[in-house]
Amino acid sequence: MAYSEKVIEHYTNPRNVGTLNKDSKSVGTGLVGAPECGDVMRLQIEVDENNMITDAKFKTFGCGSAIASSSLATEWLKGKSIDEALTIDNMDIVEELALPPVKIHCSVLAEDAIKSAINDYRVKNGMAPIEMPKSHH
Amino acid sequence: MELPIYLDNNATTPLDPRVLEAMLPYFTNKFGNAASRNHAFGWVAEEGVDYAREQVAKLIGCTEKEVIFTSGATEADNLGIKGVFEMYQEKGNHIITATTEHKAVLDTCKHLEKLGAKVTYLKVKEDGLIDLQELEAAMTEQTILVTIMYGNNEIGVIQPVKEIAAIAHKFGALFMTDATQAVGKIPVDVNADGIDLMAFSAHKMYGPKGVGVLYVRRKNPRVKVTAQIDGGGHERGMRSGTLNVPGIVGLGKACELCRLEMDEEAKRLSALRDKLENALTELEESYVNGNTQHRLPHVANISFKYVEGEGLMMAMKDLAVSSGSACTSASLEPSYVLKSLGLSDDLAHSSIRYGLGRFTTEEEIDYAIENTKKAVNHLRDLSPLWEMFKEGIDLSKIEWAEH
Repeated sequence: MAYSEKVIEHYTNPRNVGTLNKDSKSVGTGLVGAPECGDVMRLQIEVDENNMITDAKFKTFGCGSAIASSSLATEWLKGKSIDEALTIDNMDIVEELALPPVKIHCSVLAEDAIKSAINDYRVKNGMAPIEMPKSHH
Repeated sequence: MELPIYLDNNATTPLDPRVLEAMLPYFTNKFGNAASRNHAFGWVAEEGVDYAREQVAKLIGCTEKEVIFTSGATEADNLGIKGVFEMYQEKGNHIITATTEHKAVLDTCKHLEKLGAKVTYLKVKEDGLIDLQELEAAMTEQTILVTIMYGNNEIGVIQPVKEIAAIAHKFGALFMTDATQAVGKIPVDVNADGIDLMAFSAHKMYGPKGVGVLYVRRKNPRVKVTAQIDGGGHERGMRSGTLNVPGIVGLGKACELCRLEMDEEAKRLSALRDKLENALTELEESYVNGNTQHRLPHVANISFKYVEGEGLMMAMKDLAVSSGSACTSASLEPSYVLKSLGLSDDLAHSSIRYGLGRFTTEEEIDYAIENTKKAVNHLRDLSPLWEMFKEGIDLSKIEWAEH
């Protein structure tokens, strides 16, 4: 199976690889997936007092498409408010990276990671968590 | 050195130029049908086939009449297992095999289960070898066939074939082996090993694709299989269909070359394999899968913990290797062979198989070592699991979100 150019580009030059301080109140961390399934994504956001995402970092254990999906997600997150970030849909990632059907689960995982990071931030800052999508699984 | 480097010789091998040369006339002026008995075109083709049959027989220590040409090892596995089941069903319906067999064996057995066969799938030990006591305990009066592979395609372990054959025979059952990865790589002698039926193919030993062999013993005991393809009664009635003359000639030549060059080649390849393996296991948290004493000379299967196999292969784009990772298959399940060894799913996802071959050079292995090390380190920098491991977090204690 050949990878799309965009997947290769993100895979070769992943954006925003790294770690934010998960104990900081302004940082939301999402850790999704499982080693047994072959994919684990950790996505972190740093949010300012206006609920704007000022920084995003990721680390991913997984195939090229999983790495590319999380790299792309961090790019899209920066500069969005946490409410805007919730509108990122896995199918947007599929489209942008031209993922084949067998790799759609990578984009689903990225969407889950975004929502999970936002929830972590919300709960830390006294907001009610949003409902996690379950329909994909 | 040309890139990419081919290190997937368990999937298929390149055609040896000497094999191609032997085949070429049979595509052009020696185009006859080997079954045409009435003219020179047929005779010439038949001569080519007869000579190939001799070359095959010499390699595995059998007689020419025991060589049944097929389209490959999958067909030979099907013919051997289904053919024995049909032929010997009055004697019994029990077949014993192992969980690490190739799908050509496993799925054939599953098919026969629907037709009334009872099949025992022996588990393997951590090193990939079957437990002979378990085999013996599984044998019954109904057992007609024990079919256990010679060398494994993913991890290269060599089963104790002689001992398995002895147990099968003690209970009056036949012993069959899928020797696709072993024939031509290590000495295989059907008499010394006690083999009654044996499947293998040309394209794993520098011959062409689309041709293989089922060896069927004719003496002590005389084994019969019911044909699975009916027609003109070729191959002693066991496999009808016009013979693939150029393919068969190529298979014969490939067998001859393997017979003459196997010893040297095995020494050279196991030295290269060891060099590769030693260098790569210098990396932290990397593990060799399968028994390292009883194994084929040209295979190394290594798990690099905290790195996912497909992602890793993408980083080694100049190396053609394969992985036990789920992502390389449509099923999303990691390798059932590695799981049979008791490997956890995450280690199975992290495995890479290097299959060396006749045309692999030391320079290529050096390149593969550097390329793999770089890729593993790069992906570990990206891996949250590696970071957690380095922080001393016990990953097995984390409640992972299922997906």
